[in-house]
Amino acid sequence: MTVIETEPSFIPVQTRSERPKSTIRDDFAALTGREAAFKYTPVAELSALSDGPLDGAPLPIRVSGDAVGFAASLIERTDERIGGAGLPEDRLSAAAWQAFDKAQLLSITGEDAQTVTVVRDSAGAAPRAAHTVIEVAPNARATLVIENSGDAQLTENVEVLVGDGAHLTLVTVQQWADSARHVASHFVRAGRDATITHIVVTLGGALVRLNPSAHLVGDGSSAQLLGAYFADAGQHLEHQVYVFHEGPHTTSRVTYKGALQGKDAHTVWIGDVLIGPKAVGTDSYEQNRNLVLTEGARADSVPNLEIETGDIIGAGHASATGRFDDEQLFYLESRGIPEEEARRLVVRGFLAEIVQQIGVPELEERLTSAIEAELSEASVA
Amino acid sequence: MSVLEIRDLKTTVKTEQDVKEILRGVDLTVKSGEVHAIMGPNGSGKSTLAYTIAGHPKYTVTGGTITLDGENVLAMTADQRARAGLFLAMQYPVEIPGVTNTNFLRTAKTAIDGTAPSIRTWGKDVTAAMDRLRMDSSFASRNVNEGFSGGEKKRNEILQLELLRPKFAVLDETDSGLDVDALKIVSEGVNRAHEATGLGILLITHYTRILRYIHPDFVHVFVAGRVAEEGGPELADRLEDEGYDRYVAAASAN
Repeated sequence: MTVIETEPSFIPVQTRSERPKSTIRDDFAALTGREAAFKYTPVAELSALSDGPLDGAPLPIRVSGDAVGFAASLIERTDERIGGAGLPEDRLSAAAWQAFDKAQLLSITGEDAQTVTVVRDSAGAAPRAAHTVIEVAPNARATLVIENSGDAQLTENVEVLVGDGAHLTLVTVQQWADSARHVASHFVRAGRDATITHIVVTLGGALVRLNPSAHLVGDGSSAQLLGAYFADAGQHLEHQVYVFHEGPHTTSRVTYKGALQGKDAHTVWIGDVLIGPKAVGTDSYEQNRNLVLTEGARADSVPNLEIETGDIIGAGHASATGRFDDEQLFYLESRGIPEEEARRLVVRGFLAEIVQQIGVPELEERLTSAIEAELSEASVA
Repeated sequence: MSVLEIRDLKTTVKTEQDVKEILRGVDLTVKSGEVHAIMGPNGSGKSTLAYTIAGHPKYTVTGGTITLDGENVLAMTADQRARAGLFLAMQYPVEIPGVTNTNFLRTAKTAIDGTAPSIRTWGKDVTAAMDRLRMDSSFASRNVNEGFSGGEKKRNEILQLELLRPKFAVLDETDSGLDVDALKIVSEGVNRAHEATGLGILLITHYTRILRYIHPDFVHVFVAGRVAEEGGPELADRLEDEGYDRYVAAASAN
């Protein structure tokens, strides 16, 4: 018998929840791009954020609307809420954690399902770190929209504590300038019967790597994680989604849809679902769909499902990356609609499934227009 | 008065293995107001004829001509053909996720007419046309054909026929998969469009059943990629009794 020895010091991580965690950057080795979580990421372009000094001053924000039951304030690093939803699992996240001065607290106590918009449009071109804690009181309900635009070199952590029985819709929109680089880890922790709808819309930025995780701790909690992205020539848009069903009777649905066009447009989606040993009655499904509109674009899509209990309702995943459906285009063209407009309709329709779930009509319209603008820009180029 | 003229039309389709010859010299002339039934067994090329007229990229025309009032249809893209006045009611209408029927119908009407339909009358026109086809008003806000039953998809095709008002319509097995009630409703829609606009109709079918509701002026028997026999409505009655065996045997003997 031949024994093939691999690197003896290499101990594989057995389960998704056992990845090393630390708030100290150098507890993680310098990035090489060979790490499983960075396999598809152009890590060299992120060296300023992963290795350099970071400005830890809180990111300037503007809050629109005078919603009752919403408050924004800064809290100290020692605040007990910090670290309550999750801890960094990679060097970029730890670098942000180590560097931030004060955290931005967004606190939701209202029960009237109001919509609050937080605009972050002046991060600037210097490398910086940020930390945000979104705290939703038990039984509170709200839609919180975080709109990112302008230039940025930003690595950040966003903690979302959803109290028992609370309902939060959290929408983050990445419409960064062409030069921006943005790395974010979102940690959602859902209490008993809590519901989180987490929606990511990523359109702008040279490199965006946004990793949402939802930790369904409370009995009966549920998470819907939705994403829509559109990558043009040269853009790298990455989303690594992780759902951990820890408590019993928890539900998750993950749907990410992306369109790509232009040379070296690159998207990455990695979807991890872990159903823990106590998570009986789990109902989980994750899917990723990509529409590749031109030659030279690349979509990587990796669904992973780990199940540690057999007593579940359902768990499944699907991934599909394809070109335009010729039959759809022909159908529209056979009704007199010119090819370019037919393509626009199909792409808009493809991403509309996600955008339509935001529930804020003004924002939905704006994002639909932004998606159409992406399409027409590319057809000119 | 418009004329759709097909002369010696030959079409191939590329399959995974090779290139297959499907249409082998089709001759057909349809004038405004006329109803032509194209009848034939499965695999005779009826649907290929429909798709070739509409300009589906899957089919390659290797010979012959199609003209609409003297204009070369084969030189036109699919959308240009539709704007020139051709319409294809498909056997298997396609689902378009995320695009509502309302949006689709308005976009198509705008493309066909060259200007957006009047806001004042368009909504009423759509609602009235849907009522006549016994389509629930919810179909307006649903995505195009998504989750529609077979019968609902066919009604949606006829809805478009009524609203887009083409010069010529090709109905590709519109009767397939319809129960008697749905068949009547769909046929009434076709007859309404025929009376309202005087369009020419090419009705492709395997069975004579739909001809009880839509009365053809001419019947063409289609076998092995060409018209094997032509006649009046009485030819359909004969097919009802005898079937296609006679033609199929003759075609394979050649």
